[in-house]
This record gives sequence, structure tokens and C-alpha cells, in this order.
Amino acid sequence: MTRKKRRLYFVLAGMSVLGIAAALVLTSFEDSLVFFRSPSDLVEKPIPAGRNFRLGGLVEEGSVEKNGVVTRFNVTDLNKAVPVTFEGLLPDLFREGQGVVAEGSFTEDGVFVATNVLAKHDENYMPPEVADALKKAGQWKPEGDN
Amino acid sequence: MVAEIGQFVLILALITAIFQGVFPLIGAARNSQPMMRFANNAAFVQFAAITAAFICLTVGYITSDFSILNVANNSHSLKPMLYKISGVWGNHEGSLLLWSWILALFGLAVAVFGRNLPDSLKARVLSVQGLVGVGFLMFILFTSNPFERIDPAPLDGSGLNPLLQDPGLAFHPPFLYLGYVGLSITFSFAIAALIEGKVDPAWARWVRPWTLAAWGFLTIGIALGSWWAYYELGWGGWWFWDPVENASFMPWLAATALLHSAIVVEKRDALKNWTILLAIVAFSLSLLGTFLVRSGVLNSVHAFATDPARGVFILMFLIVVIGGSLLLYGIRAPMMKGGGLFAPISREGALVLNNLLLSTATATILLGTLYPIFLDAITGAKVSVGPPYFEATFIPLAIPLIIAMAFGPFLAWKRGDLAGVVSRLKFALLLSLLLVGVIWWQQTDTPIMALVGLGLFGWLVIGSLLEWTERIKLFRGPLSASWRRMTQLPRSAHGMTVAHIGVALVILGITASETWQTEHLGVMRPGEIVSVGGYDFRFDGAETVAGPNYDAVRGTFLASTGIEKGVYLYPEQRRYSDPPMETTEAAIRPMLSADLYAVIGEEDGKGGYAVRIYHKPFISWIWIGAFVMFLGGALSLSDRRLRLGAARRARQQEAATESLSGAKG
Repeated sequence: MTRKKRRLYFVLAGMSVLGIAAALVLTSFEDSLVFFRSPSDLVEKPIPAGRNFRLGGLVEEGSVEKNGVVTRFNVTDLNKAVPVTFEGLLPDLFREGQGVVAEGSFTEDGVFVATNVLAKHDENYMPPEVADALKKAGQWKPEGDN
Repeated sequence: MVAEIGQFVLILALITAIFQGVFPLIGAARNSQPMMRFANNAAFVQFAAITAAFICLTVGYITSDFSILNVANNSHSLKPMLYKISGVWGNHEGSLLLWSWILALFGLAVAVFGRNLPDSLKARVLSVQGLVGVGFLMFILFTSNPFERIDPAPLDGSGLNPLLQDPGLAFHPPFLYLGYVGLSITFSFAIAALIEGKVDPAWARWVRPWTLAAWGFLTIGIALGSWWAYYELGWGGWWFWDPVENASFMPWLAATALLHSAIVVEKRDALKNWTILLAIVAFSLSLLGTFLVRSGVLNSVHAFATDPARGVFILMFLIVVIGGSLLLYGIRAPMMKGGGLFAPISREGALVLNNLLLSTATATILLGTLYPIFLDAITGAKVSVGPPYFEATFIPLAIPLIIAMAFGPFLAWKRGDLAGVVSRLKFALLLSLLLVGVIWWQQTDTPIMALVGLGLFGWLVIGSLLEWTERIKLFRGPLSASWRRMTQLPRSAHGMTVAHIGVALVILGITASETWQTEHLGVMRPGEIVSVGGYDFRFDGAETVAGPNYDAVRGTFLASTGIEKGVYLYPEQRRYSDPPMETTEAAIRPMLSADLYAVIGEEDGKGGYAVRIYHKPFISWIWIGAFVMFLGGALSLSDRRLRLGAARRARQQEAATESLSGAKG
């Protein structure tokens, strides 16, 4: 086997693996992009029911209702609020009035069903997406910043 | 006082590193012995200086000297001693100091153990190592000084994030850094080789032990990190394709590829340019990992720093290191001639396939990890790339890789006989199909991916063992002959078999725990019993207990199968005071067949507690497998052919034995 022929084989093998990888990336990329939305964003850029995304904002004061391991609460950016239900153990720092990011999707009747709820890791920390969302909504109070 | 000494020795280390980076390089170009030899002394001084700085910071932590800002921010007088010490590297500044210390340690190791290296190569390696050190020390001194004072000193510190107060995490960063920084040595060797314009099998033999060591440490570091996530975060998951995890996984994949391509350089004098490129890429990914984690670009527990000055510095540093080395590569690589020819079906061919798949997988992970950052920078849109993307791209690339892992070792160098290999692997194929068949027969609704995963596990374990028995010709002659062959087989061959079996065990753990995991989520009252995964879990209530720096609600569960005595599980919900924070401590009973995992949540106001109980079959095998992989690496590393300077000693020994037997005869 000559050097040229060998190189050709490698190039072909390389191209085919890269081609397969590119195909895999293209087919799965669009579906697994998880967008971030604040409650106000949803008015401008709504997300269809069933599509997974991350909803961020504050847990609305007085909205938390627990029933066994199912929790209902509202996520708000202090302009708009979205009702959320979550079944499971909430993170340690889940509190009314605190920043939260919930991942999940809307049901047909407009309730956001969260599969995962992320709260901040310590008292002084605000998820950056939530801070941005609050800034956009004109509700940012810098003393909550780190 | 310690802070000032620490500051002073750090500056000393920087100056030494600058000299170490410049003089030996000039010396190697001019062939000046004293200037080249200077590198050894500089490496020693740099190491001593950074060690002193590290000790100073540690003293600050142990004595709770809150006049040092770093200590005040990250420690507390009531913290247990282990966490006072691990707190040294549990923060941004300290972790960079640890990084630099390991960098200097490895530099010193090259200076001490590299006696057999050609003078010019060694001088150049140490000088590249010095230059990388300059970058990190400047970063520490100008943007992240751990010795900064605070006046007035606070009465007490603000404490370490309780999530980080954990033995698993105390050792996770050092191991990960040993791996990251270990790749700096292969990087330095690659740059030195590019400057010299020469790569030969001897070069690969010097590089391989460092790659192996770095790979082994990375394996342990990643495994510790995922183990920590598994028991500390209380979600029952162990891998989330989180950008921070990806940041450590990408260098690991690149190091794995490098490990294999270096074999081809060593044995066949081929794939040289590719191996050099991989060495550069692997270290670049380590730096990128540090950048992603430390710059605060990512939102995670790991992101200590959110100071833009640091981000800009690391970005510049990345551009200089990666851009500079790739530029050098572009200029020099075409001058290097490839060596031996080989057919596509051959050991080399299999290793090329390994490299292709591993580097493609690395690229897809890199894309998924960086895409949100770029999109945010360009359009301001916030997205994240979820686990489905990584699973959909990584798994299809991993499957052919694992199939090839059993084939590769059977193939001969240069030109392999595929039909012969297939006939020798018949047994592995049959047995793994049998395994899949039995599982399917037991449970016809087993997901297809589970059958694929278990089939691959069987294929790889049996294939690896078959190759090993083939080598020692087991059952093809007297056992004593096989025994002799086994003891004579190079340790690196045993190491490969062990490491490959480790991979198979990880696959088993992942597949089985994902497929057969069962869980119960609900409110339980004292005395209530639920059945999960064949175990009855009785909830015996919860009480408040006090820990050294926290209070906890501790639940008691009795898990039993009815046959055995049963085991108690005590999950906790802890409330720390400094800093004020709550954490969930899962109670885990690890067993070889399954883990029992219990988490306790809040009280519902009516005497019940929200609880989550998991039964996770075979999940421990993920970490056992990772450890077996590490053992395989360690076994290879202990191969005397890989030891630096071994060739000479072995020859001397042979000469000595010959003269001895000569005297006898």
C-alpha cells in the first residue's frame, strides 16, 4: 500500500465519522436546545405546549401551596406570573421571594409542569439568568446581588 | 506575617519561572550547557517557592487568620480541621495556587527523573513548563491574590459553602488538577519536539508515562466528582452533562486518544503530527476547562469568581497558549516525516479509529458546551444544551468505539487479519448474545438501549479476557508455561486488559442503574412501610440532631428484604449557620448488587415527611469500573520499559548478570 493510498483511506474514514457526527449533531441539536424565558418573555416569545424550556424568576410571595410531595407556586418577574406545579423534593433553598429556575413544559391548559427546580446554592447568590430577567422587567434590586 | 512571606515567595516564584522560561530556551538554541542546566535549578527553586507560599496560606487557614481576606471569606473558626485545610483549595485563589504548585511539582519531576533525556529536549521541556507557570503565577498575583489583607479583620470568617464540606470534594480538585496539569508535561514535550523539529519513538516513550499518569488522575478526579454529585446533591443522579463536568470530560477523552496514538508513535514511528496536535489539544482543553469553571461564565457551584478582569486575563492567556502553539504547529509540523506504512485493517488502523471516534466525540461535546456561551455573547439569547443532545451524539460514537476495543488488541501491527480475529472473537460474540437473550427472555420489555449496553459489556469483558488468555496461551499447553508467559508479559499489556475491563464495568453500572432503577416519592408517616426494588423501607420517624457546625433533621429508615436482618438508613436535612444554608444529605447503602438511597425532605405539618427512596441496581460499578481503569493505568505505568531512564539501567543489569553467570561458568 502506498502512502497516498493510505492517506486516502484515512481521509475517507475521517470524513465518514465526521459526517455521521454532523448528522447526529444536526438531528438532535434543535430539539435539545433548552431556551430560557422569564414570565414577561413568554408574552413576546411564547413557547408551545410540550416544548421543554427553562422558566426563571422569583417564587411569588404567598403563592406556595403544598399537597404531599406536589407543590404549586407562581414564578414571577414582578410584572407577570406563571403558575407552576412540581412533584418531588424541592431544593434546599427554595423559598418564597427567592430566585428560582424551573425546567419543564406547559400543559395544554397553560400550567407549567416542572421536571426539575433549581434554586440558588446559597443565600447571596442569584442565578444570572434570573438577575437579567429582573433587570429587563425593571424590578432589579441590587442588594440581592452577590 | 505569613501573608507577607507568602506574597514574597510567590513573586520570587514568578521571577524564577520567567528565567526558567527564557534562559534554557536560549541555551538549547546556542547549545550552551550551563544555560540548559540552569533549568533544573530553576525548576527546583520555583517548586520550593510555591510550596512555601502554599504552606503560608495553609497556616493562615489552620490558625484562622481572618486578617487574610481569602481566609475570612472562605473559612470559619468552628469548621472541622479537615475542611479548614481543604478550604485552602476550595476557593478560586487557593485552587489556582494548588494548580501552580502541581505545575511546579511536575516540572521538578522532569528535572529529577529526566536524567536520560537529551539535554536540549529537557531544557526546552522545562522552559515551556516555566512559561506556562509564568502565566498562572501572573494570573494569581495580578487578579487573584490569595494573600490580600483585610483591615479591620472580621471577628470570624464567613465559612465554606457546606456543599463543599465533604471528604469527596476535599480530594476531587487535587486529583483533577493532577490530571489537568499532568497534561501540561505532554504539552511541553510536544512544543519542545516542534522546536527541535524531531519526533521519534524515544520521544513517545518519554511522553507516554506522563500521559498515563495524567489520564489516571483525571479518571479518579472525574469519578470522585461524580460520586460527590451522586451522594451530596441528593438528586440521585451522578452525571448531568453540566458544562463543568464536560470541562473535565473533554480533556479526559483527548488524553485517552493521546494515550493510544502515542503507542503508534512509539511502536511504529507513525501518526507523529497527529500525536503532537493531540497533546496540544488535550492541554488546551484543560486550560479551557479551567477558564470555563473559574471565570464565572458558567452558572454553577464551581464558579467561584465573577470578576471580569479575571475572565479577560484567562482569555488572553488561552489565546496566547493555544494560538501560539497551533501557529508553531502549523509552521513546524509539515517538516516532520511520517514513518511506517500500514493497512487500514491493522493495530495501527484500530488505534486510528479509536482516535477518530474519541476526537469526534470530544468535538461534539465541545460544541454543545460552548454553544450557549457564544449564543449569549452574540445574540444575548439564553439557552442551555440539555443532556438529550449529549446522549444522542456521544452514545452512537461510543458504541463503535467499544466494539472496536475488543477487536483492536487482537490485530497485528502493520497488516491484520480481520477474518482470523472474528473467528477468535466468536466466543465473545456468542456469549454476549446469550447474555442479551437471557435478559430479554426474563423481561421482554427491556429497552433496546439496555440490551445494547449489556451486550457491549459482555462483548468487551469476554473479548478482553480472550485476548489476555490468547497471549499467555492458556489451556494450550501446561499451566506452568502459561504462568511463565503471564509473568513475562509486559505490565502494560496487563494494564490494557484491566483498563478495558474497567470501561466494561462502567458500562454495566450505567446501563443497569438507568434501566432497572425504581423509586418511591411521597409523604411518609412514622411506622409506614413502602416497598422499593424488593426492599421494604420502614420509616421510623425523624429527630433533630446537632452536628459540629449545623443542626439537622435526621430520619430513620429500616430497609429489609425479609430474609436478611435489614439495614438502617439515616438521611439528613442539614441547616448550617456559617454561611447560613441548608443541604440534603442522602443516606446511601452501597452494595455490589444495588444501592439503597434515601432522602428526607420537609415535614408536611401533619407529622409526615416528604421522602424519596431509590433502589439503583449495580450503580456502584460505575465507580468501581473507574477505579479499575485507574488501576489498569497504574499497572501500565509500573511497566519498567516506560520508566524514564529504565533502558540504561536494564542494560547495565543485563551486563551485570551476564558477567556473573560468566564467572560461574
